[in-house]
Amino acid sequence: MASGKTKTKKKNFKRYIPLYVMAFPGLLYLFINNYLPLPGLVLAFKKFNAKKGIYGSPFVGFKNFKYLFATKDAFVITRNTILYNLVFIIVNTILAIFVAILLAEMTSRIKKAYQSFILLPYMISMVIVSYLVFGFLSTENGFINNSILKPMGLDPISWYMEKKYWPFILVFVSAWKGVGYNCVIYLASILGIDRSIYESAAIDGASKWQQIFKITIPLLKPTIVMLTLLAVGRIFYSDFGLFYQVPQNQGALFSVTNTIDTYVYRGLLELGDMSMSSAAGLYQSLVGFILVLGSNLVVKKIDPEYALF
Amino acid sequence: MRTREERNFQIFAHIVMIILSFFAVVPFVLLVISSFTDNDTLIANGYSFTPAKWSTYAYEYIFKTGNSVVHAYGISILLTIVGTVLALSITTMLAYALSKPDLPFRSVLLFLVFFTLLFNGGLVPTYIVYTNMLNIKNSFWALLVPGLLMNGFNVMLMKSYFCSSIPTEILDAAYIDGASEYKTFGSVVLPLSKPIVATIGLFAGIAYWNDWMNGYIYLTKRTDLYSVQNLLNRMMQNIQYLSQNSARVQDAGVGLASIPSVSVRMAMATVGVLPILVSYPFIQGNFVKGITLGGVKG
Repeated sequence: MASGKTKTKKKNFKRYIPLYVMAFPGLLYLFINNYLPLPGLVLAFKKFNAKKGIYGSPFVGFKNFKYLFATKDAFVITRNTILYNLVFIIVNTILAIFVAILLAEMTSRIKKAYQSFILLPYMISMVIVSYLVFGFLSTENGFINNSILKPMGLDPISWYMEKKYWPFILVFVSAWKGVGYNCVIYLASILGIDRSIYESAAIDGASKWQQIFKITIPLLKPTIVMLTLLAVGRIFYSDFGLFYQVPQNQGALFSVTNTIDTYVYRGLLELGDMSMSSAAGLYQSLVGFILVLGSNLVVKKIDPEYALF
Repeated sequence: MRTREERNFQIFAHIVMIILSFFAVVPFVLLVISSFTDNDTLIANGYSFTPAKWSTYAYEYIFKTGNSVVHAYGISILLTIVGTVLALSITTMLAYALSKPDLPFRSVLLFLVFFTLLFNGGLVPTYIVYTNMLNIKNSFWALLVPGLLMNGFNVMLMKSYFCSSIPTEILDAAYIDGASEYKTFGSVVLPLSKPIVATIGLFAGIAYWNDWMNGYIYLTKRTDLYSVQNLLNRMMQNIQYLSQNSARVQDAGVGLASIPSVSVRMAMATVGVLPILVSYPFIQGNFVKGITLGGVKG
């Protein structure tokens, strides 16, 4: 009896070998790309010495972190990363919901075309975006300086030198690129609402705007709350291309464009400051991890359907 | 009354959407018009929607002298095709294995895939692995492998598609007919999964075509391996470098004459974004489906 059981087990296991063979390349990739780097995180506690390598470099405890948090940079990059993300979440969510509601209520078939236009910027790379922005903002050749400010008799602005404009530019570019994507998600959610609710509301004499504010938005609330919480979970990560490419890596703008991601990048590849860079990287990984877990926990409490896990 | 209110709403919606569509598209229009503008006109009047003088010189320049553009185009196309095929292969196979509810150690493997979505080592350790341990710096592998080949999210998406949309009866029928696991996967599961394969392939293809970071980080010497994005990026930096380091305008003018001129720059960006713009009408339906699929699960 017992031996028969192990025999079928063995036979069963053999049956699964092809599945493991198929899973192998993907798992190998995850191992290389995602797990192999993890031990390298100890670098945050070491003084990196290129000759000795990661493991030969001496431990210095929390010294790297002490230095990092003693600089103004730590505060600036944390503030920029969080504040920009918060504004992006608010602006992009409101715009996306507004557009999604209009599209859902439109009867004309052109609405498909509108949606396509608005989604287009989402498809292109940040390098191209930096060219598009440059076309408008270039000091010598830009459209704004030459075709708007000059005819009005105003002095040209050195856009890439003046940091006061950049918070607005970055929020605008983020919305320009991202609203189409969020809009698609909200639109799908609105189209899932039972139309008969609207019909009976219309019979009761509810106006279009009343229907939107009394039916659509309240029924969208769970989706809004979930998507926002999940975005908040990612608030410690910034879009590297947006903050690096679009301001063209201009030193004069760093105090308003430097985020954790650009700081880590510059430390590693432009300044060769491995200790600070790895300390900031671990800081991001750990706080980011806690935020993802925390936001997911909240989502799960509200509605387990939407939780990641 | 009702119809009038309805009509006003529709008009309002159209006006708003026309304005937003205009904002979405107008930068592309400026880009394309600039690329067809005479270079001297650009230097005198800047980028404009109504240039005083048109010219196709920028494109002639690119295709006559700009071997680097054609070469970079070739690299981008090769990278996108190889990357998409490899990404789809390893993603579908892993997702299929994980979709089997009775697979031994399934939950461990699922956790390993899932954990990559929650925590990652970040740039510094990843860079060290690829440069010091695997030595792929300055090779085609550097464009292909880091970060882009597979991600846990797509595996999860595909796994749930396999679980929900492939009836187990069909699989059982294939097994009874004596089909091996490989054959079942290739000739039963994949044909039934065309929608999800198309969607994830599309996302992977766009990610490869648009990626500039891998080349920027890992191709420090081999500029001959530059993709279109890397070439564009390099060109923008040269121009920035130039305008930063020349205090006088005429110095900048002299410098600009020796490197690709103002209109050539925009022509190259146009050429770089062209494949996306041309294929967009055909792929956007599938793309929207993909976003909805991913968005529902967060």
